[in-house]
Amino acid sequence: MLKRFWPWFWFLVGAVYFLVPLYATFDFSLRARRGELSFAAYANVLNDIRFVESFWFSLQTALATIAISALVIVPTAYWVQLRLPRLRPVIEFFTLLPFVVPAVVLVFSLARTYSRTPLTDSREGLWVLLIGSYVILSFPYMYRAVDTGLRSINIHDLTEAAQSLGAGWFTILARVIFPNVYVALLSGAFITFAIVMGEFTIAALLAQPAFGPYMNRLASSRVYEPSALAIISFALTWAAIAAIQWIGQGSQARVAGPR
Amino acid sequence: MAPLTQTQASQPVVRRRAISWTWLGVAPFFLFVAAFLIWPTLSIIAQSFLDQERRLTLRNILELGRPFIVSSYVYSLQLSAVTAIGGGLLGGLLAYAITTGGLPRPLRNAVLSFSGVASNFAGVPLAFAFIATLGQLGVVTQWLRSVGINLYPAFSLYSFWGLSVVYIYFQIPLMVLIMAPAFEGMRREWREAAESLGATSWHYWRFIGLPILLPSLLGTMVLLFGNAFGAHATAFQLTGGGSQGNVVTILIGAQISSDALANPGLGNALALGMIVIMGFCIGLYTWLQRLSARWLRS
Repeated sequence: MLKRFWPWFWFLVGAVYFLVPLYATFDFSLRARRGELSFAAYANVLNDIRFVESFWFSLQTALATIAISALVIVPTAYWVQLRLPRLRPVIEFFTLLPFVVPAVVLVFSLARTYSRTPLTDSREGLWVLLIGSYVILSFPYMYRAVDTGLRSINIHDLTEAAQSLGAGWFTILARVIFPNVYVALLSGAFITFAIVMGEFTIAALLAQPAFGPYMNRLASSRVYEPSALAIISFALTWAAIAAIQWIGQGSQARVAGPR
Repeated sequence: MAPLTQTQASQPVVRRRAISWTWLGVAPFFLFVAAFLIWPTLSIIAQSFLDQERRLTLRNILELGRPFIVSSYVYSLQLSAVTAIGGGLLGGLLAYAITTGGLPRPLRNAVLSFSGVASNFAGVPLAFAFIATLGQLGVVTQWLRSVGINLYPAFSLYSFWGLSVVYIYFQIPLMVLIMAPAFEGMRREWREAAESLGATSWHYWRFIGLPILLPSLLGTMVLLFGNAFGAHATAFQLTGGGSQGNVVTILIGAQISSDALANPGLGNALALGMIVIMGFCIGLYTWLQRLSARWLRS
């Protein structure tokens, strides 16, 4: 028993560090009405029109980001594996650059470089910059997910089979490759979703009406509602990651099957 | 369905001009990366060596020596170092506990799943969570007060150590996620071989376990360092984003909305400094991971 003391000890330290803030936040979020525990803070948040609007805005932005990222990454990863395997380290390098260029530097560079162009002078232009930066942030996750997904299927055979049946490149991509990397794509999509929904820096510095800046502003006028938002936000992140793990188990079983 | 003839017709062309057509396939990706990442970043780097009249100068770089900029860099570097070491140690020990430590397997899976969530739970909501926990009115603060311990004013969530506590919350899970597979990559035979030669647990860790894991441990801590150095939202929410005595990322962010330094070139140089430090971290991390891969390939 004594042999297992330290592992248990460190596990408990970790559990306390992780769980106490979550418990405290939840507890705090229930105290909006004096003298009783209630979900009033949650009701206030959900009834706030700015919550609905900013959430909807971020949702649209996340979906657009995922769609564009998938449209860029799937053909690229496919083409690199099929025809340009030498290029793989180069692509990998470029997809990992967002870790070298932090979000705040990225948005700073974009704002400076495209200042006094339609990209920064209009609402639509700023939205393009926002989605462009999010797509860049999604590349590391999307590329790795799709690249792994492609490696578990035999793209050379699939491509030749499709070509021998007379399919063009567009048909191959849309009807053979996309359906086969769908599951891998979903795991990249969910992590992108989690990142975009809670992102603050880029959205705030591009003055976009997104969910992150809304949460930030709420803190200056409200006491209990921010903790309700933190719980909602945590639940959202948890749901996205749980979806990835659930999908991941499914796809592992599928990968193991044909092999 | 694309017409059959098109594919057949393009076949000989592909053969003759193989290089140009093949490269066209990756053009969309490179155009996208160029427009939204490479061109803006390179132009910022280049402009930090130009003055207002676009002549070559080192003045912007030298101006990084202004006291409040230096103190801001030092603050960020210290915060990153403290949270990388603190989060690295706690995360490393937790990763050890759930893998080699022999805790029940469901616990391992629960910790790994939770780490996946918690490493993505950063920024504004994380700041909210800690305000509700350790802020002036926070649940833990009030509970400690009720048993006679007054955190404030000795401690403040909005101070260096307060920020550190919050940052470590997203550092630990990242460490766990990267180190757990490394611990699991340690072969059982190594330990058995050592024990059959009479090694104690201490001997094993001192002469075999730690030396093998060291590059991976150090590398991941370097990654945590970069992770904290580039963080912006959490610090912004907690400190309110004033430009004095703060992390570098907030200083850079403040240059977008208003040119507070009255010198665009200096803002560019600030960003350049950040890229250099982050590039160094990621490079070091990659190198150390490559070192550890020699032993820990599963």
